[in-house]
Amino acid sequence: MELEFDDKMPIYLQIMDRIKMDIATEKLKANDKLPSVREMATILKVNPNTLQRAYQELERLGIVYTQRGMGTFVGERKHMIDDLKQEMAKEVIDSFILRMKRLGFSEEEIIASISKNITEVNKHV
Amino acid sequence: MYNVLEAENLCKSYLNKRALRGANLTIQQGRILGLLGPNGSGKTTFLKIAAGILHPSSGKLLIDGQEPGVYTKSIVSYLPDTEYLFKWMKIKDAVQYFKDFYSDFDEKKAFALLEFMKLDANSSVKSLSKGMKEKLKLTLVLSRKAKLYILDEPLGGVDPTAREKILDAIINNFSENSSMIITTHLVNDIERIFDEVAFISDGEIVLQGNAEELRLNKNKSIDELYREVFQ
Repeated sequence: MELEFDDKMPIYLQIMDRIKMDIATEKLKANDKLPSVREMATILKVNPNTLQRAYQELERLGIVYTQRGMGTFVGERKHMIDDLKQEMAKEVIDSFILRMKRLGFSEEEIIASISKNITEVNKHV
Repeated sequence: MYNVLEAENLCKSYLNKRALRGANLTIQQGRILGLLGPNGSGKTTFLKIAAGILHPSSGKLLIDGQEPGVYTKSIVSYLPDTEYLFKWMKIKDAVQYFKDFYSDFDEKKAFALLEFMKLDANSSVKSLSKGMKEKLKLTLVLSRKAKLYILDEPLGGVDPTAREKILDAIINNFSENSSMIITTHLVNDIERIFDEVAFISDGEIVLQGNAEELRLNKNKSIDELYREVFQ
């Protein structure tokens, strides 16, 4: 797993986001084993305690579960993928709308600009 | 969680120069602390007191509840920022030297680390480049089973590839039963391995905190904070 960090933000939140993203896009599937804290810390070159915190928070949110002596696994909660997608989509859209408003666009203009650009972006994806 | 190191109002003067003016600092077990400050801020003086090489002029410093002495030296593994290996030695002699000196030295681990660092046990110390010497010194220091590791500028004068190796070695060999203090002024390269950071300026700790909380509260990287504190 490659990850470019933004050091202005807590590292554990960025690691959590990345794992959520991998689950939402099904790179990680239910019951897949995550690398151990130590392995992941070495790969990402971060403090093992930071990894521990990211895993603990994900567990608290019910996204992963730990089996003693076995490791940490992706949870299999119903609708988890959809929920994660919705959650992440909301973040993207909220920040988009906020930035557009700061640029002085009205609500109608924001919607119009999306409709206009969505066909263009589609050509490139 | 108990404090492996506690410094309270620690002062040290050299003749008429005050290197430490009431430094307060604590380190919990299982944590890596970055002690950050420019040259001449008192970092090395602080570390030397913790390593038992210098005596404080006043104030106190306790390691595992005890004042620096024979006991604390047996649980502190110190990487000084000066040269201490003899030129006539081969790497394997340096390993033997450490083994003779420290009962907690793990020879097996040392040879595994040498391999990881791509150092040949038969090379002589005087033939090593600066980066290789740093790697050797770190290998020796990390091969002890200590409670507190004190690394004074482990990245000083080392090229980026060697820096990565050194960081990997630190992360891989760090255990939750031990603690580390690392000083550096290359904050950017190493900030992600700190749990805590303490900024030292003119012999005083001017800010200490959890690295993640500081990022969250100040919306800045530790590197940016460093630049702000020491501009």
